[in-house]
Amino acid sequence: MKTIYFDNNATTQVDPEVFAAMEPFLRDMYGNPSSMHHKGGEVAAPLRQARQKLADLLGCAPEEIIYTSCGTESDNTALWSALRAQPERKHLLTSRVEHSAIYNNVSLLRRLGYRVTEIGVDKYGRLDMEELRKSLTPDTALASFHWANNETGVIFPVEEIAGMCSERGVVFHTDAVQAVGKIPMSLSQSRVDMLSLAGHKLHAPKGIGALYVRQGLKFSPFMVGGHQERGRRGGTENVPYIVGLGKAAELALRRLPEENSRVRDLRDRLEEGLLKIPYSIVNGDREHRLPNTTNISFEYIEGESILFHLSSFGVCASSGSACTSGSLEPSHVLRAMGVPFTAAHGSIRLSLCVYNTQEEVDFTLEKFPPIVAKLRALSPFWKDDGPAESALLTCDSDNCNLCG
Amino acid sequence: MWEYTDRVMDHFENPRNVGVVSRIDAEGQVGSLSCGDALRLTLQVDKDKDTIEDAKFQTFGCASAIASSSALTEMIKGKTIDEALSITNQDIAEYLGGLPREKMHCSVMGQEALEAAVSNYRGVPIKSAQGELICKCFGVTDAEIEKVVKTNRLTTVEEITQFTKAGGGCGQCKPKLEELLALILHQAKTPESPAKPPRMTALRRIKLIEEAITQEIAPALMRDGGDIELIDVDGNEVFVTLKGACASCPASNLTLTDFVTEKLRALVDPNIVVKEYRA
Repeated sequence: MKTIYFDNNATTQVDPEVFAAMEPFLRDMYGNPSSMHHKGGEVAAPLRQARQKLADLLGCAPEEIIYTSCGTESDNTALWSALRAQPERKHLLTSRVEHSAIYNNVSLLRRLGYRVTEIGVDKYGRLDMEELRKSLTPDTALASFHWANNETGVIFPVEEIAGMCSERGVVFHTDAVQAVGKIPMSLSQSRVDMLSLAGHKLHAPKGIGALYVRQGLKFSPFMVGGHQERGRRGGTENVPYIVGLGKAAELALRRLPEENSRVRDLRDRLEEGLLKIPYSIVNGDREHRLPNTTNISFEYIEGESILFHLSSFGVCASSGSACTSGSLEPSHVLRAMGVPFTAAHGSIRLSLCVYNTQEEVDFTLEKFPPIVAKLRALSPFWKDDGPAESALLTCDSDNCNLCG
Repeated sequence: MWEYTDRVMDHFENPRNVGVVSRIDAEGQVGSLSCGDALRLTLQVDKDKDTIEDAKFQTFGCASAIASSSALTEMIKGKTIDEALSITNQDIAEYLGGLPREKMHCSVMGQEALEAAVSNYRGVPIKSAQGELICKCFGVTDAEIEKVVKTNRLTTVEEITQFTKAGGGCGQCKPKLEELLALILHQAKTPESPAKPPRMTALRRIKLIEEAITQEIAPALMRDGGDIELIDVDGNEVFVTLKGACASCPASNLTLTDFVTEKLRALVDPNIVVKEYRA
């Protein structure tokens, strides 16, 4: 069975060129760049070149990049650096739809006595900019808003927010894990202070991330240790992975136009085809969206069961349903958007990449409708061609938090 | 990806007994669309023999919810009502070759739908749906929780969530679940046994306090990185030292009064006073 991989927002396949670039550093070129002998010396230049390639993709200076182990470490580094570097400020401004690397810090910060404002989104996943503007205060240590949402692909007006923050003297961080390599960036032209990225979302392996820190920004390290990364992140450089990320950045920069034309067209073809299924809804703003992502809810059925059927045809996707989120509630992103509960559990995210083909899209479009039909035939909420009247739509508890 | 057994995948991909029976003698509905899974079970009953002639289901939910429903209908067809009622959620899970722990609530949903259908058939109220509502996110009552805890011999709140979903939403009811669990486990440990001494001697009291601390309280604190040590007992006064994360935790006063005291009062004696001993 051939794999059709439409789950690139979860992780991507390591590009063969990336693998080839890394291989020597997993074999013969094992030196520690800090060592004062030729084994250390021979990795210095490849490291420097890799850093330059990532800087080219981001449009920044190589010194502004700090390598980390993953996107989550980058997010935590940015968050805690801003809080530690400005101990007099006790307010964090963020949104309700952030990745868990930021989102799950919120309750911890509140316990520690910080004030946190989470800006809401409308039903298209768009930020309430007026609310955001009003919530920036002289006490705000950090404003953190992702560049693009991992579940819906919705893009926030990051440059505009960065400008607002800069005018008010507030440090601005963006989790751009989903955006890097899909949206052109020129950080030195922007007023973004910090930006997180993860290698495995752009065809580098898992285990490497980076944080952009604008030159001159006060910084406090998260991982305290040696002098690596100019004293900003201790720990021996992960040479093979840094080299891999450099190659991946080079490829991503070269593929940006294709990502925004051919991949976008494939995504649109897939989305249009799936929307022919009755009672299906796109979640998120279709205009301001990553070119590779679509999130569609199929009402009255549950996401995990769709995924398992898709997988039996080799098609990989993901879902915001409770059963797949590892918790018992549907994704916090869909809930923040107020996606109706008839649809929240049946959401499917398909995220493409440059490796995908039209044949794959068409194959999926052929297999998808019968899966939905089969599950609807099983569902107590479906009768013949439409929703059935059922007592089970909401639960019988009067003040259930989900039925609201 | 969940590690489902071949049997679960078989019942998911080829569900048996889908739909509604031709003559509905009994009907049970549990769960809801908003909660993420729902099951409607209909039965056709031979009233003379009190036997289930046919059973069909409609399920909204994940692969294991569909498989559990399918398995349930296979298991109860041809059984008498009483035989069917003796099926536990464990039996459903075993029929499927096991379910991931996090998915055990699917088997519970099946069992509850059966119970609801039989109650409907007999015209009596559903027993486990009575009681106090504990989890508002998923509408779970103390009676349902008690039943599942006892049937499956659960010992932690995490397991209660895996089996009933209670506590899996906002999490506000978790302290209540702790309390309820302690109460149920206490009952389970001391059934109306004739061996129970008529009066609590000092020795027995100390033993009970020790047991409560090592078996109930310390494990709960350890989950948050803390620990507790029993120093001394003097009448109703219990002296303890908090360790690990608890020792430096500003909320430790709260831990003591709220948690340790309540536990000891519930498990040993309602007059107990807990005092922190600092060396």
